[in-house]
Amino acid sequence: MSKTVLKVENLNMHYETIAGNVSAVRDVSFELKEGESFGLVGESGCGKTSVAMSLLQLQADNAKISSGSIKLNDEELVTKTEKELRKIRWKGISIVFQGAMNAWNPVVKIGEQIREAIREHYPNNSKEENSEKIKKLFDIVGLEHSIMNRFPHELSGGMKQRAVIALALSCDPKVLIADEPTTALDVVIQDQILKEISKVQELLGLSLIYISHDIAVIAEMTSNMAVMYAGSIVEMGKTSEIFSNPRHAYTKLLLESTPSIVGEKKKLRSLDGEPPSLIGDIKGCTFSPRCPEPSDSCKNQSLEMGLIEAAPDHFVDQCCVECV
Amino acid sequence: MKKNVIEVKNLEKYFEVNSGFLNRNKSIVKAVDNISFDIPLGESLGLVGQSGCGKTTTARSLCLLDQKTNGEVKFYNTETQEMDDIDNFDDANLKKFRRNIQMIFQDPYESLNPRWTIKDIILEPLNIHNIGTLNDREEAVKEILTTVGLTPPENYMPRYPHELSGGQRQRVSIARTLVMKPKFVVCDEPTSMLDVSIRISIMDLMLNLAKDLEVSYLYITHDLAVARYMCNRIAVMFNGKIVEIAETEELLKNPIHPYTKRLISSIPVPDPQYQRQEYELNYDELDEIIKNNPDDDMVDIGGNHYIATHDVKDSLY
Repeated sequence: MSKTVLKVENLNMHYETIAGNVSAVRDVSFELKEGESFGLVGESGCGKTSVAMSLLQLQADNAKISSGSIKLNDEELVTKTEKELRKIRWKGISIVFQGAMNAWNPVVKIGEQIREAIREHYPNNSKEENSEKIKKLFDIVGLEHSIMNRFPHELSGGMKQRAVIALALSCDPKVLIADEPTTALDVVIQDQILKEISKVQELLGLSLIYISHDIAVIAEMTSNMAVMYAGSIVEMGKTSEIFSNPRHAYTKLLLESTPSIVGEKKKLRSLDGEPPSLIGDIKGCTFSPRCPEPSDSCKNQSLEMGLIEAAPDHFVDQCCVECV
Repeated sequence: MKKNVIEVKNLEKYFEVNSGFLNRNKSIVKAVDNISFDIPLGESLGLVGQSGCGKTTTARSLCLLDQKTNGEVKFYNTETQEMDDIDNFDDANLKKFRRNIQMIFQDPYESLNPRWTIKDIILEPLNIHNIGTLNDREEAVKEILTTVGLTPPENYMPRYPHELSGGQRQRVSIARTLVMKPKFVVCDEPTSMLDVSIRISIMDLMLNLAKDLEVSYLYITHDLAVARYMCNRIAVMFNGKIVEIAETEELLKNPIHPYTKRLISSIPVPDPQYQRQEYELNYDELDEIIKNNPDDDMVDIGGNHYIATHDVKDSLY
């Protein structure tokens, strides 16, 4: 039994806006084991990135974690000060952002930007040691060593994204968060980057949190997954189990709305309506307005949301279990 | 024999690139290099390939947004039922041609004028082509908004694009395109900016409209799974050339060209049990075809399945 690296319990996070408080993350709990890959999937605005940002406490200034705990190797992160957090970011948890390839500083060489991150965490390393380390990282992600002395504009999108992965690995993190790392890339490049991430994860024994809206990518990359809707996790379990035996109405729709190039060509189902506003108090099931067959009690919003274990290691929102 | 809505023969679009001191080094980029295809009336062709392979340039040349360098494009004339060469059009005919060929762009956030109301946006093509009376035009706007699922239309007409979600905006672009009742619509990745949940409803909408209004699509995408859902035939483009073109299911089940195989093998499959085949570069099948047909650019290997025979060994890796 591998040990738990990251444990998130009842995490609640909201953004304070003029219109009111937006509850972006609502009562999210999950565990990440050593060497495991965990997928977070859901449509835009469902809170995937907000969860990732809360883990690193990199959220915007108007975001507040109202309750819950995030434990990295039994170390509580929520109560840490900014100074203490700086030690954990990149060394404990690192992140590959969405569109991160555009986040390089255009006037500083790639190698120097990675060295900067290493210097922060290992101030006693010599410049040569750091360069050796970067070369090793470039070998892992499949880049030539000479890229170190190039500027970001000299690289293609795929190469920049590989370099970002090398940057994320530069301080030997325990947990790597990949937030839609391939969204801006072409299918062929996406395939290469996905293979690279899987390889790196296996090689270094990393725990991976993979965030995507593309359920096909999640199917390939992860062993466990959670489906998010309107800020909360509605279904969680083994990836294979969720794909073969989805229980939540939203998961079912998500699976039926994804086109595939294998198997019979089938009619896809569309998901009508829009996700609910998360401003103010939210009562009852958030999915019931879009649900194809909500029960009466669900429509009256008399059921509370919350995960229950429907089968071993397969958690589903209780509202939907009672519906069916 | 079914009539074609568009026939493209040896289309070429070159760009001149200047570089060096005082731009004295001139070189030519062959963005679209000698491609040919036909689309039968009411059918849809998917144009699939990597970014930068020339998909959008092809589309722009067909719509006459860019002047083509070489080649022949013939378009179905709804009145005479003949094929007209678009090079022979005078101004009046060109305007008529533009009524029948329309384009849907990738980004619904940038392709709608932010200062115009939805009504103005959809009215504009009707005004330009001077169709019907003012009342007719307003009726047409209401009708098309209802068709694309923005109901009741009165609620949407006075709104501005920023008040709508991405899916609704893309519906407005589709409405603007189809209000002219075109025969042929070029769709440049119309769903790639949209969220998964909305994507299918837009794709279904387009499929239904194609059936009802007898529209043909040239559907540009880099996602083969989307192309499979939308199109009767698929053309695979690589480095400015079409390398393989066949019926959708035939192409996916029986790809011949190494680039097609590679493209197919890199599409993720939404099934954790499914093991994707590892892509292996293998020229044997292609070499065999080239050897047997040394003179042809495109070879029909049976069942309307065409393979390009030009040498790709230097560019493919």
